[in-house]
Amino acid sequence: MPSVKMPKKSTDTDMTPFVDVAFLILTFFILATKFKPPEPVSITTPKSVSSSKLSEKDAVMIQFDSTGKVYLSVNLTKKEDDELKKDMIKRLNDQSKLGLTEDQMNKFVINSMVGSPFSQLKGLMSRPVNEWEKVPQQGIPVDSANNELTRWMNAATQTFQGHPIDIMIKGDNNAKFPQFKGVIDALRANDIFKYKLITDPRGVPPGTELYRIRESGANNETDD
Amino acid sequence: MASIDTGGGDSGHKGRGVKKAKKLSTRIDMTPMVDLGFLLITFFIFTATMSTPNTMRLIMPKDEKDPEKQTEVKQSGALTILMGRNNEIYYYEGQMEADGSNFKSTTYKELREVIQKKRKDVMQLGRSLGYHKDSLDRDMVVVIKPNSDATYKNTVDVLDEMTINNIQRFALVDITDQEKQAIALTEQSGAKAQ
Repeated sequence: MPSVKMPKKSTDTDMTPFVDVAFLILTFFILATKFKPPEPVSITTPKSVSSSKLSEKDAVMIQFDSTGKVYLSVNLTKKEDDELKKDMIKRLNDQSKLGLTEDQMNKFVINSMVGSPFSQLKGLMSRPVNEWEKVPQQGIPVDSANNELTRWMNAATQTFQGHPIDIMIKGDNNAKFPQFKGVIDALRANDIFKYKLITDPRGVPPGTELYRIRESGANNETDD
Repeated sequence: MASIDTGGGDSGHKGRGVKKAKKLSTRIDMTPMVDLGFLLITFFIFTATMSTPNTMRLIMPKDEKDPEKQTEVKQSGALTILMGRNNEIYYYEGQMEADGSNFKSTTYKELREVIQKKRKDVMQLGRSLGYHKDSLDRDMVVVIKPNSDATYKNTVDVLDEMTINNIQRFALVDITDQEKQAIALTEQSGAKAQ
């Protein structure tokens, strides 16, 4: 009697379900990553070993790029707080006599990032909001003779008095120190002494004090 | 599940006499597509996690004009770091001597050693003065004075070194004219020597 012939089974696995799963996971990651908001300035921040992450709270962000141009932006998490933005620009308008119209002030609420001296602010704001990013702005002056950032921050501090707000500074690696000093002076003139510098993460070099502290226990760290 | 099958065909549809269609396999090998898919996933995983920047807290001292109220800094524990152009660093301990004899220069890599050595010295001094063991370095103060041609990166790097070496007291202050002169002299003599 001939031996039972083993049924030939194919060893090729059908890859189609693999592809389906792969594309499903891919779609999840594409949708889950938040896109960076488009910014007119490209800034490479320096690295630091600080462990506190960027918080999503309301913040006034002061950015300066490698050429030293200073931009100010107000980021509020809740839409209802847009009133405060309007309030801030109104205060600035009154105090510095900028001569902005109601329409132009409303534009600030939509796109709260500016980097122009007062003299050019009216010109910038008369354009439609979506063109603002394309306009080459000169930056808010922060030199000791004419520190306009002080006025901006004055308006901001008065507006956000009851409202806890972070002051964040995002600077480019190659910006010179006088720009940074100008920003700090503007903040100091408004009695602001605590702020956060935005940096890229960096690993702690082994063998240093901080390395020892972090290894022995993250509880005792006095960051935040 | 996508799949195209041209099997032998069930007889019965075609009448007799019709030639049997040549068997063509339309099964596509999906393996390369899976590889591509997983590669893209890996890419997105890595880019998503790296996008959160972190923040470094900076607290500045109040501008105290009254010299009496200004915080006294013990000379034995003071280390002053000056940053110049092209990532050059100068430092001195205590007060700057009139002839600039304690004015030294270093690089960022060696800065950590300089700070650690100073810290050790101060702690040694603290021990001899009988300080509590957890506050042996309480006399150590680092004064950071960037020159006008130092970059922001220089400033953040030095501030970062403070965190790395766990220096509790440091301050970012204005550079004095005397120090500016010292830097200018060192730069000139350095240029001549080359």
